[in-house]
Amino acid sequence: MAKELIEGNVAIAEAAIRAGLEAFYGYPITPQTEILEHLSWRMPQEGRVFLQAESEIASINMVYGAACAGVRVMTSSSSPGISLMQEGFSYIACSEVPAVVINVMRGGPGLGNVQPSQGDYFQAVKMAGHGDFHMIALAPASVQEAIDLVVLAFDLADRYRTIAMVVADGAIGQMMEPAELPPMRPVRRPEERPTWALTGAKGRKPNIITSLYLSAETLERVNLALQAKLRRIAAQETRWKEYRTEDAELLLVAFGTVGRICQTVVREARALGMRVGLLRPITLWPFPSTRLAALASRGRGILVVEMNAGQMVEDVRLAVEGCCPVQSYGRMGGVIPLPDEILPELKNM
Amino acid sequence: MEEMELVYKRPESLTPAHTHYCPGCTHGIIHRLIAEVLDELGVRERTIGIAPVGCSVLAYYYFNVDMAEAAHGRAPAMATGLKRVSPDKVVFTYQGDGDLAAIGTAEIIQAASRGELFTTIFVNNAVYGMTGGQMAPTTLPGQRTTSSPAGREVETAGWPIKVAELIAVLPGTAYVTRQAVLDIPTIRRAKKAIKLAFQTQLAGLGFSMVEIISTCPTNWHMDPKEALEWAKEHMLAYYPLGDTKVSDGVRALM
Amino acid sequence: MQEEIIISGFGGQGALFAGQLLAYAAMDQGYHVTWIPSYGPEMRGGKARCTVVISDEEIGSPLVRRPSSAIVLNIPSMEAFEPAVKPGGVLVVNSSLVPQKSERDDIRVFYLPATDIATELGNVRLANVVCLGALVRATGILPLEAVKQALDKHLPERYRTLLALNNQALDRGAACVR
Repeated sequence: MAKELIEGNVAIAEAAIRAGLEAFYGYPITPQTEILEHLSWRMPQEGRVFLQAESEIASINMVYGAACAGVRVMTSSSSPGISLMQEGFSYIACSEVPAVVINVMRGGPGLGNVQPSQGDYFQAVKMAGHGDFHMIALAPASVQEAIDLVVLAFDLADRYRTIAMVVADGAIGQMMEPAELPPMRPVRRPEERPTWALTGAKGRKPNIITSLYLSAETLERVNLALQAKLRRIAAQETRWKEYRTEDAELLLVAFGTVGRICQTVVREARALGMRVGLLRPITLWPFPSTRLAALASRGRGILVVEMNAGQMVEDVRLAVEGCCPVQSYGRMGGVIPLPDEILPELKNM
Repeated sequence: MEEMELVYKRPESLTPAHTHYCPGCTHGIIHRLIAEVLDELGVRERTIGIAPVGCSVLAYYYFNVDMAEAAHGRAPAMATGLKRVSPDKVVFTYQGDGDLAAIGTAEIIQAASRGELFTTIFVNNAVYGMTGGQMAPTTLPGQRTTSSPAGREVETAGWPIKVAELIAVLPGTAYVTRQAVLDIPTIRRAKKAIKLAFQTQLAGLGFSMVEIISTCPTNWHMDPKEALEWAKEHMLAYYPLGDTKVSDGVRALM
Repeated sequence: MQEEIIISGFGGQGALFAGQLLAYAAMDQGYHVTWIPSYGPEMRGGKARCTVVISDEEIGSPLVRRPSSAIVLNIPSMEAFEPAVKPGGVLVVNSSLVPQKSERDDIRVFYLPATDIATELGNVRLANVVCLGALVRATGILPLEAVKQALDKHLPERYRTLLALNNQALDRGAACVR
């Protein structure tokens, strides 16, 4: 298929359809509303389910219900809406049903604004809801990568029976780039729904999907199994990209839109003779700690650039365990850090 | 020996599990009525239930059908998501008054308004049972609870919500009724209503809900019989029994 | 080669469309390209602005503080971007709506009465395309023909009747650059 110039939000929506999305439940919020709008006509066109819910709380619980039925299901929102969904994330994670969530992050806290932000890093990787769990968090840096990661999110959610979030920002959602959509995958037929799904107890014992375990010992066993699964995901699914790290003394670490901006910084710094490289985490959880530690051990400093007050930098520091200095540069409120302000920070290291 | 006729047995739609409900609690009766209806309609193997948060949180152990456990108040959203991708299934939510009429008000009203094709069984016993008897949105004026120790003062706590009347005004609803399980006649009528609600769903006529006036002897600090009498005298005075919405389609089923 | 273009005006002046048209043309010519709008809660009449980056290698930052060229369709845009254009860059000014002149001597500035030209062509909403014609000619990023092909290929069906007019607008804009 040829590349087409496509907006990030539309690309995300269309990629989900191609990945076999069977139901979408969502609520309008800028800067991701184009996802909802696109699906509002494309899903019925494909004979699939689209429903605009009354709130993000309802959206995520509709997702939970459809996930229990064993179909590929998704919702999308932006930061304040994601906060409303956190209860649902926790239930879905504990119940071990697969679901995909898109967060096109905007400035916060509070109502904030509708400009691009990465202020929900902590929320995506550390505090997605109450209790011990993680979501798989995938951060695209381009429209093409957003497409690829949406498809991956469905596959990982199914493979591990868990919740996977694509953590984009307003810039990715709103920008247009040439990109190629994947071929259409068929929707799962009713008889192909997983054996654990709620399909009616015909000729078998009833299936029960719950996150309630009243005995402490039982709930601990459930948690231990969840943790074992998370370790398996961490071992098998950690993803990142490196740019010119082969001889880098200084390392930039950035994700999403800032990740690609830092690629420009690397080019400009290299032109000045500085040996600079970039590590761009693609999975924010699981975090590429091992690789980062290896790069840190031979470098003389790391600069973490984010569109927040410095959130991922905490994971970078944990990963490198003090073996080289780690500095943070962050812009907030929807301000996008540009190469001409990042480069001086790098020079000061 | 002469062969005897079997006149009473556990419905297939109930599991043999012993329930955790308190002595005298009416959840058991309501469970049984639903199970009998599912058996009679022959839909057990294609029924999916959504349990609430509240006393009936473990309902999935008692119904012999596929079930999921919802977050507090969210059962109608979950049922919506599930039914939309499983239109050939029979879906019901089982919810208490705190779950449906307080924390889950938005979800039930919106689901009813959309005319979702599932059935809600709404158990109204005027109190939060599982957490130990706090004031519910349906607690009667003057009724003492652990969080309204002087009795519900409507000036500060507001008035009890009449859910069956509230839901009935929504155009998406097909069948809404308030029943009770306080004696044999009301129990028989309640079963009939539950059956009609599921038939409404099966016929694709719109949203169906049965509110059931129920008791909570434990948290009302009464013995079961006293509780039944109290409910008849006080609850039925505020919550009159009967249908609040019967669409033409439903009337044709009656 | 990398060109960064900012197109800015009021909402409704077609700044975003002009940028998309440029992006389509660049993509069809085999370049890497990004198009990113500034967006906000305003609908009609608010500020509308987009940044287009065209490059022969993978594009890092889709945003720039100092573009290599800019189109300013109204006064606020002139005030914001006239100082921002990189030395040696190009500034296209819609002089129908922007009375002031640039005092910079390190950039090439083209003043064209785009709104008047568009009105003359019969559709005031073509001012953006007039300016794009000038920008493409002045910078030489792409052949004007490539933009015309992009129009033909990507103009939404409901605007097909305006195709010829759009082409004329491009020509009229380009003719203002010598």
